[in-house]
Amino acid sequence: MTVTDRQRGDAPSGLHIDAVSKVYGRGRGALLALDDVSLSVRPGEFVCLLGASGCGKSTLLSLVAGLDAVTRGSVDTGGGRVSLMFQEPALFPWLTVAGNVEIALRMRGVDRAERRRRATDLLETVRLDGFGAKRPHELSGGMRQRVALARSLAQESDLLLMDEPFGALDAMTRDILHDEVERIWRERDLTVLFVTHNVREAVRLGDRVILLSSRPGRVIEDYPVHLDRPRRIDAPEVAELAGKITERLRAEVSRHAR
Amino acid sequence: MPAETRLPAETQPPGETRPPSETRPPDQTPPKGRDEAADQVAGLDVLELAPPADRDRTLGQYAARIWASAWPKALAIALALAAWQLVVLSGWRPEFILPPPSDVAAELRDIVRSGDFYGAVLITMRRAVVGFLLAVAIGTLVGIAVARFRPLRAAIGSLITGLQTMPSIIWFPLAILLFQLSESAILFVVVLGAAPSVANGLISGIDYVPPLWLRVGDVLGMRGPARYRHLILPAALPSFVSGLKQGWAFSWRSLMAGELLVIVPGTLSIGARLQAARDLTEAPLLMAYIVVVLVIGILIDVLFNAADTALRRRWGLLSG
Repeated sequence: MTVTDRQRGDAPSGLHIDAVSKVYGRGRGALLALDDVSLSVRPGEFVCLLGASGCGKSTLLSLVAGLDAVTRGSVDTGGGRVSLMFQEPALFPWLTVAGNVEIALRMRGVDRAERRRRATDLLETVRLDGFGAKRPHELSGGMRQRVALARSLAQESDLLLMDEPFGALDAMTRDILHDEVERIWRERDLTVLFVTHNVREAVRLGDRVILLSSRPGRVIEDYPVHLDRPRRIDAPEVAELAGKITERLRAEVSRHAR
Repeated sequence: MPAETRLPAETQPPGETRPPSETRPPDQTPPKGRDEAADQVAGLDVLELAPPADRDRTLGQYAARIWASAWPKALAIALALAAWQLVVLSGWRPEFILPPPSDVAAELRDIVRSGDFYGAVLITMRRAVVGFLLAVAIGTLVGIAVARFRPLRAAIGSLITGLQTMPSIIWFPLAILLFQLSESAILFVVVLGAAPSVANGLISGIDYVPPLWLRVGDVLGMRGPARYRHLILPAALPSFVSGLKQGWAFSWRSLMAGELLVIVPGTLSIGARLQAARDLTEAPLLMAYIVVVLVIGILIDVLFNAADTALRRRWGLLSG
């Protein structure tokens, strides 16, 4: 559905972030959150953004999602729609599971019958068919996060931003959701910018892993991940690259001790 | 979750599910692998969901639950009646002024059998409901306006709280001057008593909408009225309901004060009958009507609590 829509319409342009800086506040108390960050995500690419605390990962996503304005530089999404998934599912408790997916469609002006049909499809995509009539609190954390993913997919955006979406889940659930996200990314030909502080997760999922420095956030490395998919998070090749990246990350963190 | 519940997934040899070295064509996953993935997800879901609560209670369990909540109430009533009876027996006041519970109970039985009583309840409840609904409408509009426009909040935000704390009886002299001894005078005071609570409930509900939900609203493209309709108002509902509950309490109090002070000719409301009972020194009748007012208050409170509980259950803020 998404794929054919895209093939018919304009070619998606991916994401181009060019020399973006973000300053919070003014004068002496001003905080430079992002400093001259440039990066691109090609259409269909899965890019992981990695950094320690204070690297401005979430700030960057807010800028790309248009929730906040850049101080300098430019963010170009080619006019495409952008959806954003958070660490918390942030489902609305007054709606059913299906209602939480449908609300995204409703905001795009999809009519009622079509909303119902597409929400059913999307819940099937995240393997939650049969759970549509439940309330969010009746689901487990991992299931809720899949509902949030279905809601993001309902936006049929050209770019999916994920802000540490599995950070609050246990390891087993996270491992299985990695498989799920990879499968859906492939099936739907998504373009994903995935923020995490978990190095192995980044290597497990990304076509590229971009490393940001902390305070201010700058791009310090861009690692291509030439490993066959599907990968396992505990595979030796994943561990090897993750080890290399972790070294670099540690060096970056200890720079702040001085 | 205990570790052993995850064992089946973890003991599965990794090589059987997805060999790390296996390469697959990018857009083609073998059906077998898909089924296994589906099974893993489904299995995890089953394990993570709490076992279904035992919903089918037996009749005996229901009886036990009712008894558990009923006996403390029954005991409290019994103690209150006993204390009352003791005061009467002490001879502190003559019995025609302070009658014993049995006299009041007999009087209550008599008035409940009379048609006049239902007429009185009807008049009073109609005033209460009309006044309350009007207060809800006004309070809601004012609440949204104040929450939405910053200067308006600066202007009348604290005024609303001030009005809320004002004893409603203060308004009656003005109400009588403005509307004479009429239904409008009573309505005026009932609305003034209830609307600030309703507005304040809504305002604090809107103020406490979690910022993350607002960000989700932004991401989903909720703007203008749609943002209010689909996000802010539903999110503010729990606080709004408690504002309604408080508003009802204020309007009921204001109404009782109003019915004692503003006797509209030809309307024999509960308040009018209370006042008449005092004029005729019919103490049992007077106290019977006090009990009626109390019982109505409790019944309405039960309704509000039921609504509140249903809401919290839907939101998952309540266990069981």
